[in-house]
Amino acid sequence: MSGSSTPPIQPPVLDPGQTFGSVTDKISSIVLTKRTPLVWLVGFGIAFSLTMLLLYSIGYLVVKGIGIWGVNVPIGWGFDIVNFVWWIGIGHAGTLISAILLLLRQTWRNSINRFAEAMTLFAVACAGLYPVLHLGRPWLMYWLFPYPNTMGLWPQFRSPLVWDVFAVSTYASVSLLFWFVGLIPDLATLRDRSKKRFSRFTYGILAMGWRGSARHWQVYETCSLLLAGLATPLVVSVHTVVSFDFAVGLIPGWHTTIFPPYFVAGAIYSGFAMVMTLAIPLRKIYGLEGLITMRHLQNMAKVMLATGLIVAYGYMVEAFMAWYSGNPYERYMIWNRMTGPYAMGYWALIFCNVIAPQTLWFSKVRNSVPVLFAMSIIVNIGMWLERFIIVVTSLHRDFLPSSWGMYHPTAWDWSTFLGTIGLFAALLFLFVRFLPMISIFEIRQILPQAEVTEPPK
Amino acid sequence: MISKPIYGLIAEFDNPSSLVAAARSARAAGYRKLDAYTPFPVEELNDALDLHKNKLPLLVLIGGLLGCLGGYGLEYWTTVIAYPLNVGGRPLHSIPSFIPVAFETTILAAAVTAVLGMLALNGLPMPYHPVFNVERFALASRSRFFLCIEAADPKFDREGTAKFLELLGPREVSEVAE
Repeated sequence: MSGSSTPPIQPPVLDPGQTFGSVTDKISSIVLTKRTPLVWLVGFGIAFSLTMLLLYSIGYLVVKGIGIWGVNVPIGWGFDIVNFVWWIGIGHAGTLISAILLLLRQTWRNSINRFAEAMTLFAVACAGLYPVLHLGRPWLMYWLFPYPNTMGLWPQFRSPLVWDVFAVSTYASVSLLFWFVGLIPDLATLRDRSKKRFSRFTYGILAMGWRGSARHWQVYETCSLLLAGLATPLVVSVHTVVSFDFAVGLIPGWHTTIFPPYFVAGAIYSGFAMVMTLAIPLRKIYGLEGLITMRHLQNMAKVMLATGLIVAYGYMVEAFMAWYSGNPYERYMIWNRMTGPYAMGYWALIFCNVIAPQTLWFSKVRNSVPVLFAMSIIVNIGMWLERFIIVVTSLHRDFLPSSWGMYHPTAWDWSTFLGTIGLFAALLFLFVRFLPMISIFEIRQILPQAEVTEPPK
Repeated sequence: MISKPIYGLIAEFDNPSSLVAAARSARAAGYRKLDAYTPFPVEELNDALDLHKNKLPLLVLIGGLLGCLGGYGLEYWTTVIAYPLNVGGRPLHSIPSFIPVAFETTILAAAVTAVLGMLALNGLPMPYHPVFNVERFALASRSRFFLCIEAADPKFDREGTAKFLELLGPREVSEVAE
């Protein structure tokens, strides 16, 4: 790939020379081996400690109330909403990879969809914690759902916050179903290959007697396609509804129509960054470079570049509309973002989300694993900052200077945030150890030998 | 030689092309009660085994419609009938505000129908099936392709069918215990 005029050669999706047996053995041996890698033990230990920190923070929150957090008038939405939006956005890449790329017949997705879907589930689990904890009385969270109760009360269906309850819980349920359906044939593989009674029994129960019958595969394929078709509008709707939480409000900086598309693009952007952050160490540790190849990393880099540009467009439109609207509050809001007390955060986010990813235009950058890894971390940070800036700078100075204030996150805010990162990592570690992190049957399907050659009629 | 009744005869193949060819030959030879077992979906088998379109899309459509009606009905009933609340003079029946929740319930009901429908149409969970009695069948979830002609087939004949299967070039033909 020098400067000559020959077009750059795309690396293959899978390394050549692999067979049905070899890919099966490779992926299933990670799960079925007795030896647990040291990296896993250390990583899981750290993640587990952070999960304990989360439990401690939640316990203290339940005892003391949300006064332990830095949220207060006028900034009633602090880390809890920032982190909620950040986590749920990360989840979106998993659904995008599993559903939209399936419908578009992008076979390269087959190496990364399984753990991207797992990532979705765990990210949604982390996201779901925040609004519940922010309720103040989290043990009454079932009040959010419509059910006949002695108080004679029902949810207010005109409120975006109620839409959010439905969107996020539907998203979590459908993601779980999609992920489980995808796992069934691989669970059967683990059942048939495992030597130990207990694991054979457990995988056997979960595989539900899957035997790979052609009749079953036919219905199964229909089911996968239908689920993909349903998950595609769902994933778009979820972050749209999340953006409605803001856009339906009248706060300057929130009340804009660009929010839904810009939030969805941002979600996919941060999600792909997270997939990359996870894929790069995983393929290294487990020696999966033949299955998660440079082609995958390059494609993900390209998706990041494209969605990053949409996000950059969103920032520009925000600033332009604030100026063009002639509304003094809107104008002040954007000026305050750029030059006010949180200006550092704003410019850091512009650097992380708009300027740094422009390096992805160069194929040298897209071919360098360490640079891609660094880039994915930068984008993750940038997207977190974006949500911080949207939530906090809009609230801290609204219409009346008498109601201005500053947001100071407390140690409990940070410990809860770190704790969810720990929970996310711990769940991922468990997933990698006990379930195949790459969809085995979908890899078999894209091997060249899977092609059926028939004599002409 | 009188032995116990069997479920059928199963032939093992190395690659999907031989399996599809074998399935076509078996259909051409008049066998109707047969099934193929593969480690990944092989599209050509749908044609080779003459599998009909399944009813899952229809079920999912019904599930989705019910979810939509149920979600919207719930919103209408709670906001207009059970708990009418005037919010800034907006109509009790606020159609645009009801769309997001109705949309989500549509997707949820359709997705649940898709998964339960898939399991139901496939008769899963089914912990026991005779083909699992064949020791080598464990490879059906790894790298081998199987064609099973069931004893229930009117043309089935324990020896004749075994000979027929041998002619298709399998690695091995075995009897499937009931």
